[in-house]
Amino acid sequence: MTDNVQSVGLPDERPPANTVGPIAWLRNNLFNSWYNAILTILVLGLLASAIPPFLNWLLFRAHGFDATSTVCRQDAGGACWGFISEKLRFIMFGMFPWEQQWRPLVTIAVFIALLVASCDRRFWKPWFGLVWAAGLALVAVLMWGGVFGLTYVENTLWGGLPLTIILSVIGLAVAFPVSILLALGRRSNMPAVKVLCVTYIELIRGVPLISLLFMASVMLPLFLPNGVSIDKLLRAQIAFIMFAAAYMAEAIRGGLQAIPKGQYEAADGLGLGYWQKMRKIILPQALAIAIPPLVNTFISFFKDTSLVIIIGLYDLLGTAKAALSDPSWRGFYREAYLFIGVIYWIFCFSMSKYSQKLERDLNRGHRR
Amino acid sequence: MSQAMSQGTKPKHTLSGEEIIRCTGVNKWYGEFHVLKNVNLSVQKGERIVVCGPSGSGKSTMIRCLNRLEEHQKGTIVIDGIELTNNLKNIELVRREVGMVFQHFNLFPHLTVLENCTLAPIWVRKMPKAEAEERAMSYLKRVRIAEQAKKYPGQLSGGQQQRVAIARSLCMSPKVMLFDEPTSALDPEMVKEVLDVMIGLAEDGMTMLCVTHEMGFAKSVADRVIFMDRGEIVEQDTPDAFFSNPKSERTRLFLSQILNH
Amino acid sequence: MATETRTTQGAPPPGGVSFSLSDPTFRAIVYQILVVGAVVLVGWFLISNTLDNLARRSIATGYHFLEREAAFGIGESLIDYSPKDTYGRAFLVGVLNTLKVSIIGVILATIIGTIIGVARLSSNWLIAKLASTYVEIIRNIPPLLQLFFWYALVSDGLPPVRQALNPIPGVFLSQRGLRVPVPAPDPVWANMGIALLVAIVAAWGVSRWARARQARTGQPFPAGWTGLGLIVGLPILTWLAGGAPLAMDVPKLTGFNFTGGGAISPEFFAILTGLTLYTAAFIAEVVRSGIKAVNWGQTEAARALGLPSSPTLRLVILPQALRVIVPPLTSQYLNLTKNSSLALAIGYPDLVSIANTTLNQTGQAIEGVTMIMGTYLVISLSISIFMNWYNKRIALVER
Ligand SMILES: Nc1ncnc2c1ncn2[C@@H]1O[C@H](COP(=O)(O)OP(=O)(O)O)[C@@H](O)[C@H]1O
Ligand SMILES: [Mg+2]
Repeated sequence: MTDNVQSVGLPDERPPANTVGPIAWLRNNLFNSWYNAILTILVLGLLASAIPPFLNWLLFRAHGFDATSTVCRQDAGGACWGFISEKLRFIMFGMFPWEQQWRPLVTIAVFIALLVASCDRRFWKPWFGLVWAAGLALVAVLMWGGVFGLTYVENTLWGGLPLTIILSVIGLAVAFPVSILLALGRRSNMPAVKVLCVTYIELIRGVPLISLLFMASVMLPLFLPNGVSIDKLLRAQIAFIMFAAAYMAEAIRGGLQAIPKGQYEAADGLGLGYWQKMRKIILPQALAIAIPPLVNTFISFFKDTSLVIIIGLYDLLGTAKAALSDPSWRGFYREAYLFIGVIYWIFCFSMSKYSQKLERDLNRGHRR
Repeated sequence: MSQAMSQGTKPKHTLSGEEIIRCTGVNKWYGEFHVLKNVNLSVQKGERIVVCGPSGSGKSTMIRCLNRLEEHQKGTIVIDGIELTNNLKNIELVRREVGMVFQHFNLFPHLTVLENCTLAPIWVRKMPKAEAEERAMSYLKRVRIAEQAKKYPGQLSGGQQQRVAIARSLCMSPKVMLFDEPTSALDPEMVKEVLDVMIGLAEDGMTMLCVTHEMGFAKSVADRVIFMDRGEIVEQDTPDAFFSNPKSERTRLFLSQILNH
Repeated sequence: MATETRTTQGAPPPGGVSFSLSDPTFRAIVYQILVVGAVVLVGWFLISNTLDNLARRSIATGYHFLEREAAFGIGESLIDYSPKDTYGRAFLVGVLNTLKVSIIGVILATIIGTIIGVARLSSNWLIAKLASTYVEIIRNIPPLLQLFFWYALVSDGLPPVRQALNPIPGVFLSQRGLRVPVPAPDPVWANMGIALLVAIVAAWGVSRWARARQARTGQPFPAGWTGLGLIVGLPILTWLAGGAPLAMDVPKLTGFNFTGGGAISPEFFAILTGLTLYTAAFIAEVVRSGIKAVNWGQTEAARALGLPSSPTLRLVILPQALRVIVPPLTSQYLNLTKNSSLALAIGYPDLVSIANTTLNQTGQAIEGVTMIMGTYLVISLSISIFMNWYNKRIALVER
């Protein structure tokens, strides 16, 4: 006869030694089957043969920041960081007058401060728009000058990182309201408006950005009345705005679609008109949902600014390429591309981490 | 064993005495967390067992060890004469004989109800399609959902989906059926239709292990009720004895909590 | 007044539209007329300016220039082309080059992306970490920068033709790209192509037969392996039957360049490598999230039924994962095709770069840009039509 009441309150025991601890971790995560064991060993071999030569090139055999190209060419076994230190200011600021280059530097700082502050939910208030406006005005003063004793700098001399950031941030800021209208238009029940918006969005999304830049650089001058001309930077900016508006409209449409029907019905029940309903009830929710995809759009947009090199503007990639065309530094493309690659990467990676975090927060909020 | 439990009351039906599940000294850990502690369990053919206990006590983990959806680290589990080890062939053999019904149905959404039911017979039992469909229809009739055979799971209510899930398991002609809280994801009005199907199965002599909080079901159908708490089997007894005269303090506490609801 | 507006907001009064702004139907019509009017007005303004400007610069509109002699050379072409050919043919060369790099790129990116996406889900910690490092690095660097890097690596990093690297006999690596031996012309190659087609048809037949037999008798048949055997084996048999020709056309260095063999230009190498590796990172994410989107409960249910791992994957996991994967995957294909226009920056003669040369030589800016956009729109449109068809198909299966 078994005792019905078994021993009560058994104590917790430690798991068997072979299932926990570093050895078990290795077995479970690296050697949990014969093919994983082979893969692990192969990958370790690959890393062992690739990482030391790379580190040698990057650090141990590299020439320091004071190296000249002659020295570097004599021993080509390591990176030549002298190239970066000599061309640093050109790559970062382009042809901006040398002694005025603190101005683009401050511009970069202003933009980064604005972007970082915008990541904080506490600042998602209407008054923060004013902060942005003030920041952009400050940037305009810094870059152009001509007031407050700053010498005037033509925008043909702008280049490097400030140009990359200006093209993408201004493009985004102007395209944003346009994209809201496009997204609303696409979901509108007025057929003519809907057709126009769908055509615009699909047209832009169906063609490569280069063709828009071409259009802006060769067709835009034809579109304007005789005697009116706009400069290259503005033309590129217009192309970017047209491009960004279509992609952002799609992100916002996703947000609008995610709003439950009940919200629309509730708003109608309150007797609100269309614009009131959108502004007070639908858009705030839709935009909150659309922020992660919008940030993703911005990331690809930030990378795409590098295409302006094709119409002859010198953004970060353009200045790096121009620096490489200096005869004494020709061939040091690894250093140049690694350097600007890291800059691009830091911007894009931090933004993508931020968008992932937002998405997680959003999901958590929804589940509650 | 069954005599031991039938203090006073008779078993509701006679059991063959043939053992189909035997767990001896089963222990399991999730990392450092000791989730199953020295579980000993023996189930006979045709026996109907209800497992209950507070949430997080390891009920799901225990029945999921029985078809190796979870791996135990110490002790032995023998199902129908086959011991569950790392041997993949044995695991597949056991899984064909053990059906399982999940809390969230887990029907295949891209297949029709009928296809859900014929998938395993065709690919595991190597049954001709026509035969598999015929059998599937007969089981679907038995769970009273044959007219929905061409529909997709997404078109059915929760109760209907769970009945399809039961039919899907039955199509493999399992020797044992495991149920993991089959009614707790259902709206109250659908609980009964699923319980009725389960009662029907019990009456046909299916060996069943059922994790559930439906105490009415336990009282009317079960041969034995097992109470688990903190990873161990605290008490097992006939429903009458279990509900009227619980032996352990922990069982009493648990019963007072759920019966007062 | 306000209350009145509200009560009339529902349906219009019977008998048609009332001409009052408080009537939603009437208001919608007015709005639409205003919007369309504004668009037409702006369009008219732009067009009249353009016509004005064109007249002033005496540029003739129209596509007649396509029939004129192009008078520029093109580095690589899939069809015969010489500078004596027309602009129209030059553009066709560009379109074919775009399609070539896109199609090969799509195939390679899909293979690499799938491997990396699956690797990110691997139970092997090292493999998973390596794959996610790859994705995080590649995704966050502009594709144009990557193209420049690959191009510089070939054109700057490799020796000139005279000192070409010769890693394997017959294979030469130099600034002019890669030269490899290719099989010498022989009728057997054409026959092998036919054999391959026959094998594909046969494999399809075998799989149908196997399915029917399994439905009848329940006995499965290894149709996949048989098909693979046919597709590999039949061409090899044909080759053996044709006398197993082994003669190769090996590249030789004569003077300043190579003759013979097959060539991969540095531009093609750079654009293909750049696009493939960049898109593969995105495809890896698509594949990973598609697989993760299939609930773990599905695998458990299949296991609990006794299904072994291969049918579980084939019959339960993949069909569900593919529905999540295919739509974003096609948009990645579209992105790759659009990004192939970056070829312009390194001198691969794709359609954009040839249209660019054309519009610089002829001054036909509007026509040039329209041709680029039109071609891409046709490609995009065909892909969206496929997408809609696919979505409808799976939507039908769902409900
Ligand atoms: N995959 C897992 N990893 C770690 N802990 C788990 C896992 N699954 C379950 N647990 C833990 O094991 C305990 C028992 O879980 P479970 O068997 O699901 O309990 P029950 O079904 O009785 O509610 C719980 O504390 C749960 O948090
Ligand atoms: Mg549970």
